[in-house]
Amino acid sequence: MISLDAPVLIEIRDLCACVDDQPILNGVNLTIRAGEIHALMGRNGSGKSTLSKVLAGHPAYKVTEGSVLYRGEDLLPLEPDERSRIGLFLGFQYPVEIPGVSNLEFLRVSTNARRLEQGLEELDTFAFEDFVRERLGLVQMDPAFLDRSVNEGFSGGEKKRNEILQMALLEPLVAILDETDSGLDIDALRIVSGGVNQLANVDNATLLITHYQRLLDLIKPDYVHVMAAGRIVRSGDKALALELEQRGYEWVDRELDALEMT
Amino acid sequence: MTSQSHVGQLVSQPYKYGFVTEIETEKIPKGLDEDVVRLISEKKNEPQFLLDFRIRAYRHWLKLQAPDWAGLGYPPIDYQDIVYYAAPKQKEKKNSLDEVDPTLLETFDKLGIPLSEQKRLSNVAVDAVFDSVSIATTYKEKLAEHGVVFCSITDAVNEYPELVRRYLGTVVPSNDNYFAALNSAVFSDGSFVFIPRGVECPMELSSYFRINSGDIGQFERTLIVAEEGASVSYLEGCTAPMFDTNTLHAAVVELVALDDASIKYSTVQNWYAGDENGVGGIYNFVTKRGHCCGERSKISWSQVETGSAITWKYPSCILQGADSVGEFYSVALTNHRQQADTGTKMIHLGPRTRSTIVSKGISAGHSANSYRGLVQMGPKAVNAKNYSQCDSMLIGDQAGANTYPYIRSQQPDASIEHEASTCRISEDQLFYLQSRGIDFEAAISMIVSGFCRDVFSQLPMEFAAEADKLLALKLEGSVG
Repeated sequence: MISLDAPVLIEIRDLCACVDDQPILNGVNLTIRAGEIHALMGRNGSGKSTLSKVLAGHPAYKVTEGSVLYRGEDLLPLEPDERSRIGLFLGFQYPVEIPGVSNLEFLRVSTNARRLEQGLEELDTFAFEDFVRERLGLVQMDPAFLDRSVNEGFSGGEKKRNEILQMALLEPLVAILDETDSGLDIDALRIVSGGVNQLANVDNATLLITHYQRLLDLIKPDYVHVMAAGRIVRSGDKALALELEQRGYEWVDRELDALEMT
Repeated sequence: MTSQSHVGQLVSQPYKYGFVTEIETEKIPKGLDEDVVRLISEKKNEPQFLLDFRIRAYRHWLKLQAPDWAGLGYPPIDYQDIVYYAAPKQKEKKNSLDEVDPTLLETFDKLGIPLSEQKRLSNVAVDAVFDSVSIATTYKEKLAEHGVVFCSITDAVNEYPELVRRYLGTVVPSNDNYFAALNSAVFSDGSFVFIPRGVECPMELSSYFRINSGDIGQFERTLIVAEEGASVSYLEGCTAPMFDTNTLHAAVVELVALDDASIKYSTVQNWYAGDENGVGGIYNFVTKRGHCCGERSKISWSQVETGSAITWKYPSCILQGADSVGEFYSVALTNHRQQADTGTKMIHLGPRTRSTIVSKGISAGHSANSYRGLVQMGPKAVNAKNYSQCDSMLIGDQAGANTYPYIRSQQPDASIEHEASTCRISEDQLFYLQSRGIDFEAAISMIVSGFCRDVFSQLPMEFAAEADKLLALKLEGSVG
């Protein structure tokens, strides 16, 4: 679904960021247009998760240089909640448990915050239950999860499905999924990727952060990027992911070293 | 808007109930001596036994020292600088609500407690106490059809002197402690509830305490008696205007449950807590105790404490009847410079008695919040059981939380479990909720409300939502 005429949703230029004064991102460049699916790969510690947190506005990460435009507007001054309401979504690698807070109520408040921003009517308890039940099917989730506390006592797979359910409710324009495939068995992986595929359309975009080719067999990326040392060092199509799978990251390291030498 | 300016805007939101009602008030002069005690008794046309009770208490109080073991920091109270009786001027005897001063009805309207026939809550009977006197009690007649007595303690003394005489001071003796002795000497008004044998009270009962005058002490006295097999759910609410002086509220509440009786006592406390620098606010020094004297009786305390500059309060249960049950569910929230020292005592005397304690303390700002509790197993408390859970949540890095559990057991076959935890609202939890479009303040109150859920679920339904809102309101501006 690549079209170079499609509007740019997110444009990252020379982005540098640090946490506790430790630089993690060292000049990231990435442009994502509507209708595209991007995969971001790379070793642990290469800066993939940091990039996702910086984009979502985590307060522990400080942007030191560069810019991020979201639909042409500066994204960086916005609070995390404002970013969510205008259509940016981060699917967490480790979704957080919030004891005592009903999942259903959390989903409703969250959905209504986004709807209000879009000029849509807020959903009352009853209307929301209908809406959420319809979306539950997408991730084959048992309605019983709605009555539990947010992520509390959920298995790894259940937490990830809950993330995709949130994505289905919020209908973001840019969804960043941080290692959504980690800790999933093959059935759960199918369900989760099925959900992501069904939600992808010409108006939105997805950035998948993953280590593994197996996710990319199920969600076909238009672009694959490899991160190392806080930068995107290679970009290509899905063939790049296959090459990585075969040759490992050392190959990237060698290329990177060669690059530094010149 | 950034979260910073958002917080700033919310901080300036004033305490909603801080207004003063302009009404002509009859006050006795400041100060306390035996004549003042006699004068209060006289104003209320009390029988001799009650005057004797007051005088005994007063003479005992003179011998006592104010307790300091709670480690609460406040300057010594000048008991001669307090007005011990203040009543809005109105007709002596109000036979119906029509005769109540409309200014007073308006006041309670503004507080969200409509008393007039048309507007009042349909399933809650209310006793409204303004400064030292009860001004109205709703649904008296309907309750009377079931044999339920719900009236001010002043009316009860005149109309049911034998009942009052039989139970008053049996749970909290007048020499129990400093503030209980003071209350016994000068108590003004409060509620009296009597549920006869086998009757399930047909509606929620509620008392609403309003302090209006700045220099009075409010000495509430409440007595609830449930006879064999009777049951009742009672809710207490409180507010006060904003004054920059401290006002003393020293209450005594006594509950008596006979065989198979059950009393559920809930409090939503929203006194004025003082400003962010700790100036003004209510000193809430309260003795609340229930006596499960009957077999299989049950007393359950639930409280949501948000107000008061200082709270000193330990709603307790004496579990005397075999198989009786005591419960304590508490949320205590402190912000700014507030101090709370609260908890419970579960005194297990009878065999197979059971108690549950769930306490949630939330400390924000520069506040101090302590749980202090005693679980005692007497020699006859065979197979008695207690479970305690005390959780504290800290917001920001200037607040303090302490837990002081005292356990005494003289019974080897009793079981006592105590769990305690302390947590902070984590940055990750906040970020997670924020990244789902929920703003900073809403995210905090969502997490806090989740933390308190075990307690809120114990409140009568009408008030659970109110408690939730109250907590959110009190937390506003707690995190910068």
